[in-house]
Amino acid sequence: MSNGNYTVQQNNGIRSTWKFILGELKPKGKLLTPFNIISVPVIITGIALIIIRFWKGIGSVTNLSQEVPWGLWIGFDVVTGVAFAGGAYVITFMVYILNMKKYQSIVRVTVLNGFLAYLFYAGALLLDLGRPWNVINPIIGNSFGTSSVLFLVAWHFLLYMIAELIEFSPAVAEWLGARRAHKILSGMTLGAVIFGITLSTLHQSGLGALFLMAKDKIHPLWYSEFIPAMFFVSSIFAGLSMVIFEGSVSQRVFSDQISETSHRSHDSILHSLSKICAVAMFAYFTLNVLVFIHEKRWSLLNTPMGYWYLTEIIGFVLLPMILFFMSYRKRNITMIRVASLMTMAGIVLNRLNISVIGFKWDSVSHYYPSWMEITVTLTVIFTEIWIFRWVIRRLPVLREAPGWNSHN
Amino acid sequence: MSIDRRSFFKALGVTGMTLAAGSRLSASPVPVDKNEFLGILYDSTRCAGCQGCEFACAEAHGLPAPSFEDVPVAGTVRKTDETRRTVINAYKTTRGDIYVKRQCMHCNDPACTAACLTKAMYKNEQGPVSWRGNKCMGCRYCMVSCPFDMPKFEYHSPNPKIVKCDMCSDRLTEGLKPACADQCPTEALVSGTRRELLAEARKRINDNPGQYYDQIYGEHEAGGTGYLYLSPVPFEEVGFNTTLQKSSYPALTKGFLYAVPSIFVLWPAVLLGIQQATKNDNNNAEEDE
Ligand code: SF4
Ligand code: SF4
Repeated sequence: MSNGNYTVQQNNGIRSTWKFILGELKPKGKLLTPFNIISVPVIITGIALIIIRFWKGIGSVTNLSQEVPWGLWIGFDVVTGVAFAGGAYVITFMVYILNMKKYQSIVRVTVLNGFLAYLFYAGALLLDLGRPWNVINPIIGNSFGTSSVLFLVAWHFLLYMIAELIEFSPAVAEWLGARRAHKILSGMTLGAVIFGITLSTLHQSGLGALFLMAKDKIHPLWYSEFIPAMFFVSSIFAGLSMVIFEGSVSQRVFSDQISETSHRSHDSILHSLSKICAVAMFAYFTLNVLVFIHEKRWSLLNTPMGYWYLTEIIGFVLLPMILFFMSYRKRNITMIRVASLMTMAGIVLNRLNISVIGFKWDSVSHYYPSWMEITVTLTVIFTEIWIFRWVIRRLPVLREAPGWNSHN
Repeated sequence: MSIDRRSFFKALGVTGMTLAAGSRLSASPVPVDKNEFLGILYDSTRCAGCQGCEFACAEAHGLPAPSFEDVPVAGTVRKTDETRRTVINAYKTTRGDIYVKRQCMHCNDPACTAACLTKAMYKNEQGPVSWRGNKCMGCRYCMVSCPFDMPKFEYHSPNPKIVKCDMCSDRLTEGLKPACADQCPTEALVSGTRRELLAEARKRINDNPGQYYDQIYGEHEAGGTGYLYLSPVPFEEVGFNTTLQKSSYPALTKGFLYAVPSIFVLWPAVLLGIQQATKNDNNNAEEDE
């Protein structure tokens, strides 16, 4: 796969382009990897469950009830998944707005990751909709529920996916050998980035604002009018932790794709990212403490939910924050990885505590996801990884671009 | 290329403004006197627990009639669900057994309609809050938001509906009373405008202070509701949530929604400004350290 391929491809017209794409559809690399062996049966089961869900109704595969109408599919796939996808707007902000060229080498992979996350995790929303054929209503404009936070979030998902597609499109153009398109698409990057960051600010916080009306249903330790701000701030380090985690895995799995220079610069990128994470987490932690003191919640602490809250805030925010700070000073990569994993666990906890665990915490019957809900969630994640891997192996995402545009 | 970019920003700006304007328009309250909404006054001191309203409701909406074993018994709470839009419950209280009817409260400023992104859930000018199947996408955000947990969902249908009391809005447009109020033999259910019902309720409390607990549930709860309740005992004794806020639930998200247009206008400008400022600064990589 040298750059020479592209020039040859370019001149052979549409037919050979299709032939080329068909050729690219074939799997590359080993087939019997541990990941494939685990993911294929899960995906097949998941597809069967999705068919059952559309045939017999949502209740046939989920444990949702009249009291708990949103479960794992919304709480984890959508609410948590989108937080993890926040890395794309943070990294594009640093590279295109702050012009920190250092992070250039991870922009594409982060945007790709973000785009796929939105496509799949937000796409998982369709599985949870009882009447998905009406999903066009709020889009085509015959029914604009503009006073709804969900309306805002849905629109922003859609627009943001377009923005990310534009940000990523130069890589596609390079893959297809389309120089002219490449030039036009690259010219649109800055606009897409600015639009994308604005949309992200609003829908990351909007996901939190979704729960504002559920005031009496969410445990008071997690409910406050500041949920939108907290969701926004935490999406910064949630996204960056994902970038750190994904980068560490990619360095190993796709080592053939990564040039010697970007391999070496990766460690230094990780160090800087961990510093940003630590600062964002500090802001988030402070915000939590302020809200806690302001709302006088001391009496709630000495309860099972109180211990659970402390576990989240101390074990999965404060502790990884300290680790991030220390790893930066000690230049310890392993520590960064541990901290990023803990941070991600903390985000999962926080989002689930608001949307699932702390939702109707006082009701008699509790919601636990069924094995089928979990399988479908895994199906969504595994399919996303398959597509991600497919793209990485073919498009110039991790490896150097052909160098068509010397400047922007 | 710079021209391209400029026109692109213009397009962005226009989209942004449209989105922003949309949320601003809808955020302005409808100029309607909430006391002219039609509502129902339920007086639990008059209710005999005969379930006549449950039967009438089931018949009016093509739902299964309650079975003979399915009767109100003190100690068990029956809940509305996808097959019944209203239920009567019995409570043992300090003043004997008391029956209480439950159903959607038809809030003045409903959380469910503010939540609904398709306007499937809507409150019409007469007052009832009802649901339109041709719009709803089944997201169940109305269920998440309703402080009374009233919208119910058909989890076992491939074409699920949201089910809840609609105050028989079809009958109301024809000038008829809601089915439940129409048949109530003891006149525990009375329909009328909210203004009339509030006056009537207050009159009953004043005429008979010994018989009633001095509160009209629904007068202020959740910003006021179309359904109003009278009870001989404090409302928490008969299964009501008395800690609900007195202001409207949609107001909780207004602050956020109001902020959206300004962010949409300010953010791109700020970002572009920073971008221009840092453009020729190649040493940023070091600065970060
Ligand atoms: S009680 Fe619930 S469902 Fe009924 S109008 Fe109020 S918010 Fe809507
Ligand atoms: S489930 Fe239907 S009625 Fe309820 S909020 Fe969603 S679209 Fe509206």
